[in-house]
Amino acid sequence: MNDNPLTTLFVYFAMLSLFAVGGANAAIPEMHRIAVEVMHWMSDRQFADMFAISQLSPGPNVIIVTLIGYHVAGIPGALVATVGMCGPTCLLAFGVAKVWDRFKDAKWRVAIQAGLVPVSLGLIAASAFLLARVADHNVYAALITAATAVVAFATRVNPLWVFAAGGLLGLSGWL
Amino acid sequence: MPNPATPSAPPERPSTYELFKAFAIVALSGFGGALPWARRMIVEQRRWMTAEEFNQAFALSQFLPGPNLVNFSVVFGLRFGGPLGAVVTLAGLLGPPLVIVIILGVLYAHFGDLEVLSRALAGITAAAAGLLIAIVAKMAAPMFKRWNSAPAIALLAFAGVAIMQWPLPLVFAVLAPVSIALAWFKR
Repeated sequence: MNDNPLTTLFVYFAMLSLFAVGGANAAIPEMHRIAVEVMHWMSDRQFADMFAISQLSPGPNVIIVTLIGYHVAGIPGALVATVGMCGPTCLLAFGVAKVWDRFKDAKWRVAIQAGLVPVSLGLIAASAFLLARVADHNVYAALITAATAVVAFATRVNPLWVFAAGGLLGLSGWL
Repeated sequence: MPNPATPSAPPERPSTYELFKAFAIVALSGFGGALPWARRMIVEQRRWMTAEEFNQAFALSQFLPGPNLVNFSVVFGLRFGGPLGAVVTLAGLLGPPLVIVIILGVLYAHFGDLEVLSRALAGITAAAAGLLIAIVAKMAAPMFKRWNSAPAIALLAFAGVAIMQWPLPLVFAVLAPVSIALAWFKR
């Protein structure tokens, strides 16, 4: 494709954002598909690294698109990817916010809301699967994933501690 | 607006600067998702919304596609400060993290090949995958309590994206209408 990479970034992320029910976490496999498999912007490992960095950064998880954009086209790419991912849905939120309360008990609203929950659950599960597949290339990494899942499910520990533990174990050279 | 002078009465409308500051603080304190921080700031600390109002506004943000907290900042800003308020809360939520993550991106571009860094990041990704599994388990728990179509839809969405690796728009276009129709006729 000989398109301007900025146009490509914007179009892909704008389209993706409209299907990302469940937020950025639900869109990880599609981002991976586009960035690694379709556009060949980066390797599997680089994608996983960027996900890790986005988790370490403060702020909403959607910030991973900023990193992808930066990797592809520098600071303009970072800004364009972020605007693409946030712009369309912000405009939608802007428009819907005013009429939302009026339909609080409307049957169609309740049905849409209830119907989207299992879809977004499946999508987030797919994100977890993809990340585990990319990250867990040996038994120790898989053990970290499993242990984190149990700890995070059973306790209310701050995710930052979990990341610190994962990072240190990684540094120790087992992974 | 007359003040009913009850202890639970909401305080005055936040200024534009306060809106920016509040969302910037939320953005900078939230690691691995900033939602709990947003709730704490808005409901418990500033008391701009009751828990019920917060849930309503957040339900809208989840209902819409795209990043939930970003949507929420627009909904909240619009309600408390009009269009300018929405721009300001959005700038507060995204501005500071954007600067930080670009700096991290620059560092990664320079040092991403270092063995040490890549090992640490691999450990963090493994942990992050575990965190997502826990989120899924927590979300799924109430869904599986009584038998209905929801687990089947969730499983199909998972299989379509994770196993078949079909494009998200395709999976969504097929499953969302089916799932909404099932929810509609269930009542």
